[in-house]
Order: sequence, then C-alpha cells, then structure tokens
Amino acid sequence: MGALTLSQVTKSFGRTDVIKGVDLAVEDGEFCVFVGPSGCGKSTLLRMIAGLEDVSSGEVAIDGARINELAPARREIAMVFQSYALYPHLTVRDNMGLALKQAGSSRAQIAAATDKAAGMLALGPLMDRRPAELSGGQRQRVAIGRAIVRTPKLFLFDEPLSNLDAALRVATRIEIARLHRELGATMIYVTHDQVEAMTLADKIVVLNAGRVAQVGAPMDLYNDPDNTFVAGFIGSPQMNFLKSGLLGLRSDLLGIRPEHLAISTETGQIAGRVSHVEKLGGETLVYAATEGHGLLTVRLFGEHDFAVDAPVWLTPDAARTLHFDAGGQRLRH
Amino acid sequence: MSTARHSTARSIAAHGVLILYTMIALFPVFVIVVNSFKSRRAIFADPLALPTPATFDLVGYRTVLQQGDFLLYFQNSMIVTLGSLFFVLLFGAMAAFALSEYRFRGNALMGLYLALGIMIPIRLGTVAILQMMVASGLVNTLMALVLVYTAQGLPLAVFILSEFMRGVSDDLKNAGRIDGLSEYTIFFRLVLPLVRPAMATVAVFTMIPIWNDLWFPLILAPSEATKTITLGSQVFIGQFVTNWNAVLAALGLAIVPVLVMYLIFSRQLIRGITAGAVK
Repeated sequence: MGALTLSQVTKSFGRTDVIKGVDLAVEDGEFCVFVGPSGCGKSTLLRMIAGLEDVSSGEVAIDGARINELAPARREIAMVFQSYALYPHLTVRDNMGLALKQAGSSRAQIAAATDKAAGMLALGPLMDRRPAELSGGQRQRVAIGRAIVRTPKLFLFDEPLSNLDAALRVATRIEIARLHRELGATMIYVTHDQVEAMTLADKIVVLNAGRVAQVGAPMDLYNDPDNTFVAGFIGSPQMNFLKSGLLGLRSDLLGIRPEHLAISTETGQIAGRVSHVEKLGGETLVYAATEGHGLLTVRLFGEHDFAVDAPVWLTPDAARTLHFDAGGQRLRH
Repeated sequence: MSTARHSTARSIAAHGVLILYTMIALFPVFVIVVNSFKSRRAIFADPLALPTPATFDLVGYRTVLQQGDFLLYFQNSMIVTLGSLFFVLLFGAMAAFALSEYRFRGNALMGLYLALGIMIPIRLGTVAILQMMVASGLVNTLMALVLVYTAQGLPLAVFILSEFMRGVSDDLKNAGRIDGLSEYTIFFRLVLPLVRPAMATVAVFTMIPIWNDLWFPLILAPSEATKTITLGSQVFIGQFVTNWNAVLAALGLAIVPVLVMYLIFSRQLIRGITAGAVK
C-alpha cells in the first residue's frame, strides 16, 4: 500500500517545459529523496504527485491506480510544507484533526489518531496552543503530526527543514528518519541539501533541468555516478574534475573525490601550489591551484599543516578515478 | 549613526509637521462642530470663536430633529452604506481571490478590466444608469443606490485585495486542499482572516465616499422615504436663505456614524492577527 509510479510525466507552463518526461518507480515503504539545484523542477514534481499542479502529459499512479484526475484530498497523501502552513485560527489539536474531520471520521477516531501522533512527536503539552504560540521547531513537528494523523499512503515533504536553524535541522532530520522506520510508510522528500538526501534516503532521484539525471541508493550515486552532473552534485566538498588529456588518458574528463587525491610536498603527478587550507578538526581541506586543472580540493583526515603558496604535488588514486566523455557521460570500461 | 536618527530635534520637527497637518485636516470639522452650537448671529459675528454661555444655542439641533425625518435619513444612509460595503467586500474579495489564485486564460486582462473602474468615474454613466434604473423600476429605492455604490467600490477593492491575496502563503492554501477543504472554505476560513487588515482598508476607502455622496441620492432616490442624510441636509440650503444652524447641526450629526465605523475598522487595520500563520 503506497507504491508510486510516474510514467513519462511532463509539465509545461505555457511554452516553458518544466518537467520533461520523468519515469520513476518508488516502492512501498521506501524513503525517496528528490534532490537537485533550484529550478530543476523537484518541487513541481512533488506538487504534481500531490495534485496541486496538473500533469501536462503522462501518468501518476499510486498502487497501480491512475490518480492524475483525483483531487488532492482523495489521493490519500499527506504533505509537510517548508513554511509549516499550519491553520492560524486552529489549535494544535484541531490542526492535526482537520483532515479526518473533513473526511467524516467520528470524534473518538479523531481523538485517538491525534493523541497517537502527539505521543510519537512529544506534542502532548502543546495540544491546546495556537500556531502563533509555538517555536519554529514545534510548528514543524505539528505539521509532521498533522501528516501522520491521516495515515496516508504517501508522505510528501517539501523542503521541511529549510526554515529551521542548523541544530534543529539535525534533530528534526533524525526525527524524520525515526518516524520512517516506525511507520514503515512511503515517503517522498524534496530538498536542495545533499546532506539531507544522503542521510535520509533509501533512494535518491537527482533532477537536472526537468529530467532525471540518475536514480539510486546514496552510496551508489556517490561511488558510481552516471554523469558529471551527479558526480559534482553529490558529495561535499565537490568532486574534482581533471583534464584527462594532460594526464595521458583517453577519456575527456577524469573525476576524483577529494579524499582520493594524495598530496605530497616532494613528488607526484600534478604540480600545484597551496592556495587555501580549511581546518575542520576531524578533517583538513587543502585547496591547491594547479596548472591546467584549476583549483583542486584535497580532503585529509585529521589535522595537517600546509603553508599557503607552498609547492605541492597531487596524485589521484587510479583505482578510484571515474572517466567521462565530452558530453559529461560516464565511460565505463 | 543611531544618534542622528533619534535626535530630539528631528523628532520634534517630525511631530511638528504631523501636528500641523492634523490641524489643517481637522479645521473644517472643528468649525462645523463649534458653529453648530452657536446662535445664528454668533456664527456670522465670529465664525472661529468657541461658543460662550451668551452665544450657546441648540436651535440648529432642535430644527434638525423637528423638521424632516432625520432619523429615517440616517437609517437610509446606514442601510445604503453598510449594504454596499458588504457587497463590495464580498464580491471584491471573491474576484480578487480568483485573480490571484487561479491560472486561467485572460487572467491579466480580466484584472486590468476590473481595475479600469478606478480610472473612469462612474458619474460619466449617470444618464445610462438612470435609464436602466427607470427601466427596471428601481428609481426611488435604496436598492438602486446599493447597486451603484457596489459597482463604484468594486474596482479599488479588487485591485487592493488581489495584491494582498497574492501575499497569502500558497502552502497554507495547499495544505487546506490536501486536508479536503473546499475552495469556499479555503477562501472564507483561511484567506479572508489573513487579509483582514486589507479588508479594513478597503472598507474605509469605500465607506466614506458612499456616506458623503450627494449625486446619486439626488438623481436616483430623491423621494422623502429614500433620502440619505447628505440629501436630507440640503433642505436647509436655499437659493436665497440658508439655515446655517440646521445645516451645521445636520453635518455635525452626520459625522458621528462614519466616525464610529472608522474607529471599528481602524482597530482591524492595526491589529495584526496574522502572526504565526507561516514562518
């Protein structure tokens, strides 16, 4: 109960094509994250699944049944919004119970469902407050609670953590992961933050300009990207791209993660100069300006000292290099 | 430099300007109210003097309350103003919601068409309006006035409210849709409460010209039973003799209801109940 299929889904606003033919299957109980730069169409795609935007062509189906023409309320979905979108005139309890009330559930059923959700999210003491009397983190918990109460087939999250501060973001992220395990429900989660995508997802869908760039488990995307877009988007700091020709290789571009680039003050494959060093305690990032390849990032674990402007040599770990053609597609041998 | 911004001299200057403007704006009202309590001779002898025990005279108010049916005129003005206000706010808000919320062909053109009324005075159409009212048998009814004032007030209402409704969080409306609220419920329960300050602004700007209007009551509803207060006051203004006491007393009384309504709406203007809806 809760498998989502998109087949050849498109969306156009006037003459602008925002979604250009997306095929996707999300299994029941899966945590699927849509990630991509702003304007890639990830939010639009989510709103199409929710029924808030019409589908221009193609089919959206839940459990095999086409829902293109179904009103949002009848799709058995629940959505959590970036701006929380709580009803300002209702108490927390009424906010959470409204959907069931609209669906005609009895008062006892509503009370049982809201109390259960409140218990899961520790909202008990807040139940009679209005949204204006809550902090940002509390509001987002209420919004999540409102979604849980409906026991939907599909949970939709539209950048739910973007308005929270950094500490609260981590806490809420863990909370969402815990809820997913407890509820076992299918969740679709939109974010532009690849850390959220990596930490939460069973399956990541990377979108670029209205198309799916790659679908896969977080570590598959990290270690085995299909193209330079995915390789560059997933992972922080970004993957380094070197010009293969300068290294005597036959591909056009060579990708190497910052942690797979060895740095030495004596000898190596690529000569450069240290341009900046970032010490983060657990790791040290060294930015080296090289001739031909531009600025390359090296990630070292632990604390290391490098003088700015000191000459260094970098050597990619040949076993971990990825090769791409001129169009940015991965060359697999 | 925060010291420069908060200097006493600047603050005094700003208050001076505001006080001066307030005095200029209130001066005519002041003159009307003061003179309505004076005898006829005193009004002409020194129009700016305050009433003294010697010049104090309530003859104006006595005349107003005895002559003509002022209570009825008040009632007519109230019915017309509140009736028009209700329809302007209801239809204006609904049109504004449609324009701001739904994408449909000709949306921008429709908005422009609805805003056109702000630029074209409705009085240019008086003859045609009168013909229509005669044809539909609405002459000398309050309904005629309510219809005309509703038409007159709608363009500004649509214009202001649609701007404000665009500002209402899309997420909130979408949350309502997902929870199964009808578009009407979303409009009445979610959106309208959030644009209450804008509604109050529109109400004030719509109400005052209607209350003060002389033109349409004179043309469309001049009968004794349908006279509004502004039209009723005209009986004291003659070609040769004007009963200034009565005119000033009538105007003084006419200010009261509109002042009360303004106070009610302006509380709404200030009270922001929107906090906490989003963000």
